Amino acid sequence: MKNMKNTKKMTGAKIILESLKKENVSTVFGYPGGVVLGIFDELYDDKDLKLILTRHEQGAVHMADGYARVTGEPGVALVTSGPGATNTVTGIANAYMDSIPMVVLTGQVPTALIGNDAFQEADIVGITRPCTKYNYLVKDVKDLAYTIKEAFHIARTGRPGPVLIDLPKDITTASCDFVWPDKVDIRSYRPTMQGNKVVMKQAAVAAAAAKKPVIIAGGGVVASGAYKELLEFAKLLNAPVTTTMMALGAFPASNPLSLGMPGMHGTYYANMAIQNSDMLIGVGVRFEDRVTGKTSTFAPHAKIIQIDIDPTSIRKNVRVDIPVVGDIKNVLRDMNTILKDEIKPKWDEVSKSWLKQIDDWKSQHPLSYSLKNDVIKPQFVVEKLYEITKGNAIITTEVGQNQMWAAQFYRYEQPRHWVSSGGLGTMGFGFPAAIGAQLAKPDALVIDIAGDGSIQMNIQEIATAVINKLPVKVAILNNQYLGMVRQWQELFYGERYSHTFLDSHMIPDFVKVAEAYGAVGLRATKPSEVEPVIREAIKVKQPVFMDFICDWKEKVYPMVPAGGSLDEMLLPEPEAKEEKKKKLKAVK
Amino acid sequence: MRHTISVLVENKFGVLSRISGLFSGRGFNIESISVGETLDPQISQMTIITSGDDQIIEQITKQLNKLVDVIKVVDLLEVDHVEREMVLIKVSPRQEQKAEVLRVAEIFRGRIIDSSPKTYTIEVTGDEKKIEALIGILRPMGIKEFIRTGKIAISREGIK
Repeated sequence: MKNMKNTKKMTGAKIILESLKKENVSTVFGYPGGVVLGIFDELYDDKDLKLILTRHEQGAVHMADGYARVTGEPGVALVTSGPGATNTVTGIANAYMDSIPMVVLTGQVPTALIGNDAFQEADIVGITRPCTKYNYLVKDVKDLAYTIKEAFHIARTGRPGPVLIDLPKDITTASCDFVWPDKVDIRSYRPTMQGNKVVMKQAAVAAAAAKKPVIIAGGGVVASGAYKELLEFAKLLNAPVTTTMMALGAFPASNPLSLGMPGMHGTYYANMAIQNSDMLIGVGVRFEDRVTGKTSTFAPHAKIIQIDIDPTSIRKNVRVDIPVVGDIKNVLRDMNTILKDEIKPKWDEVSKSWLKQIDDWKSQHPLSYSLKNDVIKPQFVVEKLYEITKGNAIITTEVGQNQMWAAQFYRYEQPRHWVSSGGLGTMGFGFPAAIGAQLAKPDALVIDIAGDGSIQMNIQEIATAVINKLPVKVAILNNQYLGMVRQWQELFYGERYSHTFLDSHMIPDFVKVAEAYGAVGLRATKPSEVEPVIREAIKVKQPVFMDFICDWKEKVYPMVPAGGSLDEMLLPEPEAKEEKKKKLKAVK
Repeated sequence: MRHTISVLVENKFGVLSRISGLFSGRGFNIESISVGETLDPQISQMTIITSGDDQIIEQITKQLNKLVDVIKVVDLLEVDHVEREMVLIKVSPRQEQKAEVLRVAEIFRGRIIDSSPKTYTIEVTGDEKKIEALIGILRPMGIKEFIRTGKIAISREGIK
């Protein structure tokens, strides 16, 4: 299947760049080093490929990840061997856990030196075997073009994921004809795209017959681009939809059927709906422990339908009555057709009373927090960000309390506007991911909602943002603590705050850090300063650190303690009388 | 419950490591694994003996299938098949038991493939029970060491 027309002799380095262009890559995130000098030398004159020079290889991979999450196309990173390669591991594991398409190119010592403990040698193929979808060590320059084509194919098809290609130096300097394959065909890799018709019918009949259905949508809906199909599916069944953290925006938060996020810090009504449901329909969700709580008491009255492209996700964590393997978009489209043409679901009083019950839960315990006049509540900052940006910003997050508040108090109406490290829970992800997202969407407003701990894990990338004129905004919810860990210490470790105090009110001075790098630094210490700071940050066309000095005692609620049942939620504590309780109106 | 899982894989470098890494990384158990080339030299056959409840075995077969280099996975518990394993046993019996060792080897259709003034090395092929039985009988007579290949298995063809 090789196209022999217009072949041209090229070095391996040149073949790599030409192959990337054939895959429509325009941006590569990278960092140079000894064994990749040949590739970087080729990049020097290349007009079509832009290399974004980061300040750390981890930053490069997270940027590629952020780029991929907002575009749906594989992000690409290029680093050197040894430490360059090992520095990518966290970023690759992060993308793997969240099924993000990515191709990581690592330099390697010359083939003759592999295994000799050469300078800057690391067995990166061995190291990343468990955290890549697939990986390669290229041993012949003639295999290079095909390998790259295959890598992109594997990264973007089926359940997407990161693929790593290790490139020994001598492969990049050797030459051969550049032959770009027309297509790839891997006999051992054929993802199931279409659902089984008999099973889909069975699932549709069962779903339509349910009296208390709940749809739980996961990241697979985003990966598959099945937003319209999901919306139609929910309407046909008149079923409420809860979106896991990975799926925020895949179903509009303002839709009356939306339940928000389920799980450990999910909404009261989402968790209650799951626990009382008689039919749970999992769509592209793997039922991770943060979503299910204790699995033995998870959705005790429900039959479970699970739709996923990855058969291993089915029955991995929870029992499943009807499994459907296939691409979400195809399966939902086919099930919608079955529902419309054959079943024509009707809703009786029982199913109407189910939605009424859910509305009652929504009004009993909406997401809430207590507003104060003297100290900034972190939730207030997130709410203000939502109001001022009208929900149109691309929000990235770090990990911990900042992430949960960003998930709860910003409302996501559109897919690919929420970029957050779900499975691996990587602190330091949000800021470089925001830079990658900004590169992909130059006209979008990109805001990283960060904690004072997380932001310091990849803070060096502010140089990348400033130099490349990428006006990302970072809202630091500064509570001077590793807030989520502190919350667990308060609740479960007798308020023994072992090594979670960061003193980051003073160290560092985030405003000065921003200024030192040529960015803009702003600070708010009172609630009244929050809005002006946000407006100013949006107005300046530069990267901005907004340092919001927040109430350090604030906790994320609701909370299902680890290992507890979903309906055993801790709800916000009642505050002192004079404080006005602010309740957010849940959408009815 | 023990299962014999037959896996057809691309005969490429690193594949064994991907398979064994899958088992270790997910906490699955490998009792034995044997690998060899097939009629098509580009394909290798692995026979893996593992154990676990239904849910674990389902995960094992699905996870194996998910690996890019895996072409086909068959849980042989679900199909009629024959299994064989080979053992090499080095026995050092007392003088008066030497004849008995030879007799036992014969009963088990074994072959003596090496002998020294003090030892015999016996080669025996069979299913697991036969090999366990042989080891059980020879043990009191003085087994110096033994080595087992791990099981290989192949499906039976129908009679028709």
